[in-house]
Amino acid sequence: MTEKYNMPDERGHFGPYGGIFVAETLIPPIQELNAAYHQYLKDPEFIAELDADLKHYVGRPSPLYHAERWSRELGGAQIYLKREDLNHTGSHKINNTVGQALLAKRMGKTRIIAETGAGQHGVATATVAARLGLECVVYMGSVDVARQSLNVYRMKLLGAKVVAVESGSKTLKDALNEALRDWVTNVDNTFYIIGTVAGPHPYPAMVRDFQAIIGRESKQQCLEATGRLPDALVACVGGGSNAIGLFYPFIEDNSVKMYGVEAAGDGIATGRHSAPLSAGRPGVLHGNRTYLMADDDGEIIETHSISAGLDYPGVGPEHAWLKDTGRATYVDITDSEALEGFYALTRMEGIIPALESSHAMAYAMKLAPTMTKDETIIINLSGRGDKDMQTMAKREGIEL
Amino acid sequence: MSRLAAKFEELAQTGRKALIPFITAGDPRPDFTLPMMYAMVKAGVDVIELGVPFSDPMADGPVIQRASERALDHKMSLRRTLEIAAEFRKTDQLTPVVLMGYLNPIEAMGYEGFACAAQRAGIDGVLTVDLPPEEAEEYSALLTTRGIDPIFLLAPNSSDERVRKMDAAGSGYIYYVSLKGVTGAGHLNIADVENKLRQIRANTRLPVAIGFGVKDAQTAKTIANLGDGVVIGSALISKIEANLDDPDQAKNEIVELLASIRQALDC
Ligand SMILES: Cc1ncc(COP(=O)(O)O)c(C=O)c1O
Repeated sequence: MTEKYNMPDERGHFGPYGGIFVAETLIPPIQELNAAYHQYLKDPEFIAELDADLKHYVGRPSPLYHAERWSRELGGAQIYLKREDLNHTGSHKINNTVGQALLAKRMGKTRIIAETGAGQHGVATATVAARLGLECVVYMGSVDVARQSLNVYRMKLLGAKVVAVESGSKTLKDALNEALRDWVTNVDNTFYIIGTVAGPHPYPAMVRDFQAIIGRESKQQCLEATGRLPDALVACVGGGSNAIGLFYPFIEDNSVKMYGVEAAGDGIATGRHSAPLSAGRPGVLHGNRTYLMADDDGEIIETHSISAGLDYPGVGPEHAWLKDTGRATYVDITDSEALEGFYALTRMEGIIPALESSHAMAYAMKLAPTMTKDETIIINLSGRGDKDMQTMAKREGIEL
Repeated sequence: MSRLAAKFEELAQTGRKALIPFITAGDPRPDFTLPMMYAMVKAGVDVIELGVPFSDPMADGPVIQRASERALDHKMSLRRTLEIAAEFRKTDQLTPVVLMGYLNPIEAMGYEGFACAAQRAGIDGVLTVDLPPEEAEEYSALLTTRGIDPIFLLAPNSSDERVRKMDAAGSGYIYYVSLKGVTGAGHLNIADVENKLRQIRANTRLPVAIGFGVKDAQTAKTIANLGDGVVIGSALISKIEANLDDPDQAKNEIVELLASIRQALDC
């Protein structure tokens, strides 16, 4: 693929994937959003305000950190960590919510809704809503409310209303369903901030564009640090926003290999996982066509992952396209492998990663030793592990 | 002429409005649905909308969500829904049956496979909530060549252009979603529906069935008179839910409600 990459098309298609598959009531607000997004993407004033927020509020650019000790220990490629964990609120999610909130304000919307899994997107949304003085409602599966209670408290502190969703599997996909139901009911004043590169067009492209700052900075920082492009990129894939944010600015750089890491839960063979690209099939859910975890009847299957942020049966349509074209490679990491990645980074570098990001760490531990010492890997450290302290302590039998 | 077109023409000629019940196939149990369909015909309904249960019913309120969950607990599926419809068609050649559901079960079966199976089962129309006409070209063509009407939805915020698009893309009837919200919502506004129907009528000659939020005979009559028919869903399914341990009672209450609506519509 040396030709110019120019996805999606006008109707939001990445090859057969993407598109707009929603109930009729959502067509007008999606058209309105699409128009606003295309208008402001080219508006110098909007861009300037976004850049200023990213610098002074989020704390960008985030560092590209050379994990020297860990690289030496693994005995292969040089590992660089893109430190999205150092952003305000502790993950990459804020890059997107800052952008969408500015759009919401420009569009005159007074009410913000969001879905969340790990709670990082919910916190990032509640944060920008507080700053702009907008009403905020966050939908979260009741299973996730229990396992990410710290983030639930943060959202409430920030003034958001957190609604525990009791339907279906009570995780991220059900939170998305409930957010869509809210949006259908309150279309006139409500802006739906989707937290990943899923949903109907223009969300997959728009969220990617807001997250692409990760890859743009990484490219420049890598050139400064090593004098050349990286050889491989590694990022975890839930919906796929931190991964596409890192990958996108490198898509036309064919020498750069891209690895998206899905959650294999108890193992792909057990069926208890969250890896639609590795073990799913194309279908339609939540507004777009993509790889899904579904049974022969097209019913969505319950997913499993130790990390709430990866516990989703779909994946952004652009990843489906990058998989089919072979431009990116998708691999999977089990819960127990992810825990190894979690402990390795914590003990070797003094950085406690989110359980989501730990999947990327674990894959890099397999990849780095197969590469030479003068090659480089950039891993997206998409978030910090503070939110997972309770889960980890409980696994170790410790009551906090 | 399709069974749906014939039905709406007959209704127009006799000056009556269509009564269209919606139930979810397999709720509360798979063996409930077929006798319920026959009983509804006896109660005087004109078209039956049969809901295909889906794991993620994004456009539905809690009542129909739970109906889907109950049906899925009994392994109900698109395939089995079609089997029930085929069974119904063996002894009823007159009542149009419309499938209503979400796209993914149809994607899993394959558009062509689905269109063939639906034709064999005697299905007359298909309404797929999360499939707007822009993405429906292949699907519509496959259905239409088999004499099945692709039915599309309109909403309170649909523009004139949108109405004309549905007019061109769909057949059988247009389903007007009478409020911004999910099925079973409680904020139906008659004056709004009346205004909107004027706009819709100006842009399509297809019959318009109105649904979402209709719960009683009086509202049904008022709503039906604004269009060509009325769809009742959550109000019926609530009867199932209130009588989970006594399906016969549920059936009786549904028949009673439909008969009272029929009476209100015709007088
Ligand atoms: C730290 C972190 N990384 C990754 C993800 C997964 O999302 P995505 O695949 O969109 O980056 C989440 C989601 O909650 C997260 O909190």
